[in-house]
Amino acid sequence: MAVMNVNPTRMQLTDLKKKLVTARRGHKLLKDKRDELMRQFLELVRENKELRKTVEDAIKRANKHMALACADMSDESLDVALMMPSQKMSLDLQEKNIMSVMVPKYDMKFKTADKGDIYSYGFGFTSGDLDGAIKDFADIMPLMLRLAETEKTCQLLASEIEKTRRRVNALEHVMIPDYEDTIKYITMKLEEAERSNITRLLKIKDMMLQQTYNYETI
Amino acid sequence: MYKIAVIGDRESVYGFSSLGIEIYSAYSGEEAESLINTLAKENYAVIYITEALAKEASDTIEKYSRVITPAIILIPGVSGNTGEGMSSVMKSVERAVGSALLD
Repeated sequence: MAVMNVNPTRMQLTDLKKKLVTARRGHKLLKDKRDELMRQFLELVRENKELRKTVEDAIKRANKHMALACADMSDESLDVALMMPSQKMSLDLQEKNIMSVMVPKYDMKFKTADKGDIYSYGFGFTSGDLDGAIKDFADIMPLMLRLAETEKTCQLLASEIEKTRRRVNALEHVMIPDYEDTIKYITMKLEEAERSNITRLLKIKDMMLQQTYNYETI
Repeated sequence: MYKIAVIGDRESVYGFSSLGIEIYSAYSGEEAESLINTLAKENYAVIYITEALAKEASDTIEKYSRVITPAIILIPGVSGNTGEGMSSVMKSVERAVGSALLD
């Protein structure tokens, strides 16, 4: 029993009762928020897992091509081939609101529309594996962005859920029981004061009756 | 307009350069950490980092997991898949649920 440090007065009692109502409502709302966040999170996390598996496999494949290209070509010619990329990639970022958690949404943008611009070298002095590797990387890029989007969303949702869960628990296991205990304590204290007042009045009445009329009292 | 960066050892990140993504090579945890910190201050929305490096720079990566930019995403490098990326997904599940799920 954890009674708060308050004066047992009627005013405090009404105050606490109001606070208890608010706390209960807040608890219910936060619990609903947590449940909905959890539902969305679990859906996303499943997608995240799938995406990650696909992307990791695809990168592995692209890396194989790249390793072959590295083995085939000298370091210098590889450097020369990849030194000046003619394509440039950038992102547009929009914020989406999931249960008042702001999450990112990416849009891919290229400097030039030409698909061939990813090959920034002449084909004469480079290995065919390099073309393959670059094609692989270009193909997985949209998936990788999607992965970044879901993974970031999951991270942000996770920390929001953690926060909400803590609040729900604090309300449920600390604040609300404390309010209830304190309200009980004040009520009892007030009743006790009431009773002692009545006893005192009865006693005084007896004393007064005896003084004026010399009544015998029990 | 936001940019994308890839951090890792040279072999792992080379392929991305032709797409017009900025590549940064790093070989130690400290290098990666200071790179992440500088990139985060600039206009980078997504930073891909190889799993091997991410393991050594986990504190810095953790720091950025609660803010919207940048998103730091783990990818396997040429040396292979260490499963670090998947475990980072599991870590966020653990944080949300409050306990680890067995799957």
